[in-house]
Amino acid sequence: MLLISKVETFYGNIQALRGVDVKVNSGEIVTLIGSNGAGKSTLLMTISGVNKASTGEILFDDQHIENLPPHEIVNLGISQVPEGRRIFSRLSVEDNLRLGASAYEKGKNFDTDAKDVYDLFPVLKDRLNQRGGTLSGGEQQMLAIGRAMMARPKMLLLDEPSLGIAPKLVNQIFVAIKNINKEKKVTIFLVEQNAKKALELADRGYVLVNGNVTLEGTGQDLLKNKDIQAAYLEGGGKK
Amino acid sequence: MRKNFLYLSIKDSLFTGLIALALFGPIVGLRTVAKNEVLVVSPKWFIVLVIVIVCALGRFLTNLYIYNRDQKFGIQSTIGKSITNFLDTKGTQIALSAIIFSVIFPFLPFTDRYLMDIAIMMLTYIMLGWGLNIVIGLAGLLDLGYVAFYAVGAYSYALFAIHFGWSFWICLPIAGIFAAMFGVLLGFPVLRLRGDYLAIVTLAFGEMIRILLLNWYQLTKGPDGLTGIPRPSFFGLPFKSFPDEGEQTFHTFFGLEYSPMQRIIFLYYLILVLALITNLFTIKIRRLPIGRAWEALREDEIACKSLGVNPRNTKLTAFAIGAMFGGFAGSFFATRQAFISPESFTFIESAIIVAIVVLGGMGSQTGVVLATVFLIGLIEVFRDFESYRMIAFGGAMVLIMIFRPRGILATRKPTITLQKKEATK
Ligand SMILES: Nc1ncnc2c1ncn2[C@@H]1O[C@H](COP(=O)(O)OP(=O)(O)O)[C@@H](O)[C@H]1O
Ligand SMILES: [Mg+2]
Repeated sequence: MLLISKVETFYGNIQALRGVDVKVNSGEIVTLIGSNGAGKSTLLMTISGVNKASTGEILFDDQHIENLPPHEIVNLGISQVPEGRRIFSRLSVEDNLRLGASAYEKGKNFDTDAKDVYDLFPVLKDRLNQRGGTLSGGEQQMLAIGRAMMARPKMLLLDEPSLGIAPKLVNQIFVAIKNINKEKKVTIFLVEQNAKKALELADRGYVLVNGNVTLEGTGQDLLKNKDIQAAYLEGGGKK
Repeated sequence: MRKNFLYLSIKDSLFTGLIALALFGPIVGLRTVAKNEVLVVSPKWFIVLVIVIVCALGRFLTNLYIYNRDQKFGIQSTIGKSITNFLDTKGTQIALSAIIFSVIFPFLPFTDRYLMDIAIMMLTYIMLGWGLNIVIGLAGLLDLGYVAFYAVGAYSYALFAIHFGWSFWICLPIAGIFAAMFGVLLGFPVLRLRGDYLAIVTLAFGEMIRILLLNWYQLTKGPDGLTGIPRPSFFGLPFKSFPDEGEQTFHTFFGLEYSPMQRIIFLYYLILVLALITNLFTIKIRRLPIGRAWEALREDEIACKSLGVNPRNTKLTAFAIGAMFGGFAGSFFATRQAFISPESFTFIESAIIVAIVVLGGMGSQTGVVLATVFLIGLIEVFRDFESYRMIAFGGAMVLIMIFRPRGILATRKPTITLQKKEATK
């Protein structure tokens, strides 16, 4: 479904991605783990077109998307939940959702799609008129995911959804991600520093170090891998 | 703790005095005067001393009474919050009373020609403020060249009305379209700019338009300006004291005595309606996808991109629509004055409009009205003391920024009001 090959991305002179190859099949949950500054967010931003790859190819459903502007990529069916949530804090929860919906047929299906989001995160329904910025961190993350789902994506890119969120809510969010995948049949590409949880959830995983993919395998294999245990599971990347 | 605070305040005030000295020393202190056809420096150290003391003392007092968190004076919060609360809870009633007042204003016993002129001027600025509020308040794009669109509107109106003799109601939309096109023209090159860079380029744009008007003599008559711009008529009925043979005028048609006030009153209602349309449009569009996209863009451009909002179109429409309302206001200005020249469209006009939007509390429609009444009223009060006008203007801005650092109505009224917040978790 998503095929990334030899992608390199720069910020000015700084090279953040050094020829990344990643493949995500339809229906999978694939996770990308790596420490701070490895280039995970850059990869997601490059897929969604916010950052541009200088070389390499990105194919989505066999179509080249590496040169498309972000809004066209969203229209093709890739939605991103950016790192740090990026809620529109002075707009109401409902307006946040409506903004997510504007990508899919100009928000005509807002009511039905919003209902799906409330089923996923009931707390949002009670907060519709509240400003986004007044939600707790976990609720904001739910809103960010819900907002991305309003565009009816085929594939959801999630950037560290557990970042800075109470453990109880993290569990709830991971359950929701699993639901989105199993029931809504949305393919998931999940970036995490919380490697244990991510690998437990994922079908397959990749490890990114300094802009290079150094390891890949099934979630279970990677969980058992000695290097990963040392680097990301025991202490290291837990956060 | 308290001692330390006092010490810091004194230190800070002395530093402020020093800055004032460095600034006003050369500007005010070293005045040059022509004596026997030679320029000589005549020092004015006493005035400088007064200014420095005022600055230092003012700083000391604000430190002590306003920025001091220990003290429960909290002028900032109490007055401001009660205003905001009052407007929030009684918002609709206040808006309605204000509209009713504006409607009956021309017929109130104390209303005379002078007050009408001021009211018309205020309404023009309110309309400009509301128009610019779309660009600055909603879309978050700091535009310091807004007067350019005002000018484009005024000149397009004047040129079409003079050369083709078209009526106000035809020229008005044309002027709006022209201004909107210039909005897009400005929008394209600045798509990638934000904040202060955007401010600089828009400022330059405003100057470019003015200089263009000044130098394109064949079209604009340059500094001489355009004269003989047709006055508006009341749906075809002109305001004239001596009608031509067989001509119907406003007063003959309605069987009234002719009075020059009739035209003034008509102009007043015209700008009132135009301004209210601007306001209504803004209120409505905030609930539509495009208005939401503007506000989202102001909040977070990257989030917008990742949600499939096209920032280019969003910014361009904000510039275009904001400019369009500026153009409408410009048309009104042209038909009211019957004469326009580039002098009416200098940077200070942009500055005043931006000040109205910012001091009103960016994004607040009511704030624009309050700030206009305050600032334009102030300028008017000081009309007889020409040389102190700008000092009063600047002083007023400083005061607002001290007491209401985020504008008169600091909290932008949310699109949808808050429900009572329950304790969560
Ligand atoms: N906007 C930026 N400008 C310059 N360098 C950046 C920018 N964003 C990220 N980088 C650099 O790119 C590298 C990868 O960053 P990022 O993709 O955010 O990593 P991760 O998400 O894995 O923590 C880091 O070295 C970071 O410093
Ligand atoms: Mg990151």
